[in-house]
Amino acid sequence: MNARIRGDEGIDEARRSALKLAGGGLAVAFLWTAGMGPAFAQMNPRRQPADEAAAIADGNPPFAPNAFIRIDADGSVRLVMPSAEMGQAIYTGISMMLAEELGVGLDQIKVEHSIASDALYGIALLGGGQITGGSTSTRGQWQSLREAGAVAREMLIAAAAAQWQVEPASCSVSRATITHVPSGRTLGYGAVAEAAGKLPQPASVTLKDPKDFTVIGKPLRRVDSPDKVNGGTQFGIDVKVPGMKYAAVRTSPELAGTLGSVDDAKARAIPGVVDVIKIGDAVAVVGEHYWAAQRGLDALEIEWRHGVNEHLDTATLVAALQESSRNGPALVGRKPKGEAAAGGKAVEMTFVTPMLAHAPMEPLNATVHVTPGKCEIWTGTQVPTRAQKEAARICGIPLEAVTVNNQYLGGGFGRRLETDQVEQAVAFAKQVTYPLKVIWSREEDIRHDRVRPLYFDRISATLGDDGKPTSWKHRITSGTVLGRWLPAAMGKDGMDSDAIECAADLPYDMENVLVEWVYHVMPPGLVVGWWRGVGPTHNLFIVESFIDHLAHTAGKDPLAYRRSLMKPGSRPLGVLDLAAEKIGWGSQPLPARVGRGIAVASPFGSHVCAIVEVEVTAQGVLRLRRAVVAVDVGIAINPSSIQAQVQGGVLFGLSAAMFNGITLKDGMIEQSNFHNYRSLRINETPPIEVYTVNSGESPGGLGEVGTAIAAPALANAIFAATSVRLTELPVTRTSLVESAEALKHVATIGSGTGDVA
Amino acid sequence: MVTLRVNGEDRQADVPPDMPLLWVLRDVIGLTGTKFGCGIAQCGACTVHIDGQPIRSCQMPVSAVGDRAVTTIEAIGNTPEGAKVQQAWLAVDVVQCGYCQSGQIMSATALLARTPNPTDRDIDAAMSGNICRCGTYVRIREAIKQAATGQPQGLQVIVDGSAA
Repeated sequence: MNARIRGDEGIDEARRSALKLAGGGLAVAFLWTAGMGPAFAQMNPRRQPADEAAAIADGNPPFAPNAFIRIDADGSVRLVMPSAEMGQAIYTGISMMLAEELGVGLDQIKVEHSIASDALYGIALLGGGQITGGSTSTRGQWQSLREAGAVAREMLIAAAAAQWQVEPASCSVSRATITHVPSGRTLGYGAVAEAAGKLPQPASVTLKDPKDFTVIGKPLRRVDSPDKVNGGTQFGIDVKVPGMKYAAVRTSPELAGTLGSVDDAKARAIPGVVDVIKIGDAVAVVGEHYWAAQRGLDALEIEWRHGVNEHLDTATLVAALQESSRNGPALVGRKPKGEAAAGGKAVEMTFVTPMLAHAPMEPLNATVHVTPGKCEIWTGTQVPTRAQKEAARICGIPLEAVTVNNQYLGGGFGRRLETDQVEQAVAFAKQVTYPLKVIWSREEDIRHDRVRPLYFDRISATLGDDGKPTSWKHRITSGTVLGRWLPAAMGKDGMDSDAIECAADLPYDMENVLVEWVYHVMPPGLVVGWWRGVGPTHNLFIVESFIDHLAHTAGKDPLAYRRSLMKPGSRPLGVLDLAAEKIGWGSQPLPARVGRGIAVASPFGSHVCAIVEVEVTAQGVLRLRRAVVAVDVGIAINPSSIQAQVQGGVLFGLSAAMFNGITLKDGMIEQSNFHNYRSLRINETPPIEVYTVNSGESPGGLGEVGTAIAAPALANAIFAATSVRLTELPVTRTSLVESAEALKHVATIGSGTGDVA
Repeated sequence: MVTLRVNGEDRQADVPPDMPLLWVLRDVIGLTGTKFGCGIAQCGACTVHIDGQPIRSCQMPVSAVGDRAVTTIEAIGNTPEGAKVQQAWLAVDVVQCGYCQSGQIMSATALLARTPNPTDRDIDAAMSGNICRCGTYVRIREAIKQAATGQPQGLQVIVDGSAA
């Protein structure tokens, strides 16, 4: 099978090799890179030295064939989850992959969070770390987890066959039971677990032909659902440790500002307040419960010290990005082939896309107990081994002295790929003797998010007589997430592959494409981070808005125009056609001020087309009417999860495009909670239909696909409804109104405030 | 010292009278199924019932509860509507990260108790105070209708692991 599925031929060889990590066995060994397709075996499914320790720590079960499977003598099957569950149903997907080959029903298994261990659970696709991100979990583990299941199955069969003195080949498995087919004798897995544990591992195993799958491909219920409907699931914030106390924190509201003096007299007088503790840029009040801690925090009189960002605001930042875009230096992400034809119609646009906060429903938190020489952490994290490393550094103790107990994540969206909050909790906890649960308020969560970068884009094309682009130039200007988060993955020339993903690799058949990235150094303290959909979420808004604009400029239907630029038989064309068919594109006229917008792309090794239908009133009120999404994710492991992830991903992207932008004033983030950092609500949510192309290819990524495709489909629908082409997000009502004067009037009589944005 | 009637049991808590019910439930009584999401009644994650009415527990001082019955997600399955809602939530497989779902289920249960056959508008009105960042709204709507009618609403039938 060929991992390379996208038309990246236009990416020059230098770029392609720059995308490879030294020693990576894959075509491209890092996440979010332009050339990455579906992936193959990443984690070793065979028993490894570290397994023994894990099994002993685990209670030394009779049969622990590898890092992922435990079968106890009573027959219970425990599956150890290397990825973090943050809603993306990866526990279910992983369980399905293991169960398929192991021969158990999903109802027969219990899932457990894994320990923090790069040795056992590191994902080569992510540079070897135990990381859940980049839509890599399914891709990274597809082969290895099925093999892990098969290895265990073969050993269990071998043990039963030995007991019966029959040929292993004459035995079959189903629902954790081995049957000797000729005689009809049966043995449960528990009965042979101990014996199986003493057998050597098979040298090779045969994986099922996909046509024989009984688990994979079915719309199965999530394994974590039952506890999530009765309040039983323990998230990080729910952890209870004996003797634990609660901390509320405030970090310098000015980014990179520091803590000056603190008058805590009033705080300490509040019943239930236990302690006031400080670090360089933050102060915490400890209480017997979180309410006392919060009240104590509010009672502090804090003097903050200004830092370098005292006068920083969004307009300054945008202007600085524009300046960098003009002056470069620009790194080339994709070189044009050949010379552009002379003449033609020149079209150019510029875009500004805002910083975004993650705002997962579970506010950031960590519970930390530092004892002499040891540190124990309870938190929900996408990067348990990074948290372990940082804690060891802060406490000055060896890695092995830090235990990370990972928990269910109340949403991640990339925020929990960072360890800043865990680091802060450790720094506070090492000042006290008791276990400390540090919870960020929602205000802290938004004001100290590691935001999606701000981008400035200049994009241009020349159209030939047939209206098709004869040249295409796209210059992206931004800070870098990758360069801070995993500098080793940056190109030799300093290129950030994430910044150009889905800009350099277009689904359109064009030769003369130049894609450049200009690195703009962000001010200290304004840390940019991974945000669901990362580079593609930004680039697709630009690219698909611009293609739509070109279609309009050429006087062509946006669907027909895209089709004319795509290779016949290509996977993105497949999803484009399917989505168009399902929504009935062009079949009947739409009402006035109703429009449909298309966006199509191939992010994260999958292929997706979204068509969004909106209505915009004459007063500029935007209403979502319907969305149809077609995806080709290769082999569909769980169609129910695919539907849920695409629906949720699209809503996450629409929510941001419609409402969200993080802005700065005096060095501080202006937004603070859900009243001024809005989220779509159920009454604003349209029906979202999801259709799947079953292509039989290795699974592509899924968790971010819907998010990445949402904003351009929305923007193009708004254009179709209003002829307003959005070049900035989020959508503002004033930009969509039919008549600004009329709106002013409505606003005056409506609210009396005149505030219409 | 306040006495609260929570999930049918009397619970004593030595807390200040202005302490929100949310933190009494979570940090003092130890019922952590009710969630903290925003602290300003914008997200609905902290929704509980007081005498069957949904309220945001992050804004309700514990002293204002009085002798009224508090019901949380941990016990909502003991009410007929709560059990139906939880069953429908599983049948449609609503949850993703699951953090907001306690609040969603409390709001949906209160809706069904007062409006056994809700329209889309009823659902919008009752549920728009509950944010879900994972975006499970399409399935929440399906599940509420399924709970109300007993009929499957989704396009696909979710199966449990025993089918395989």
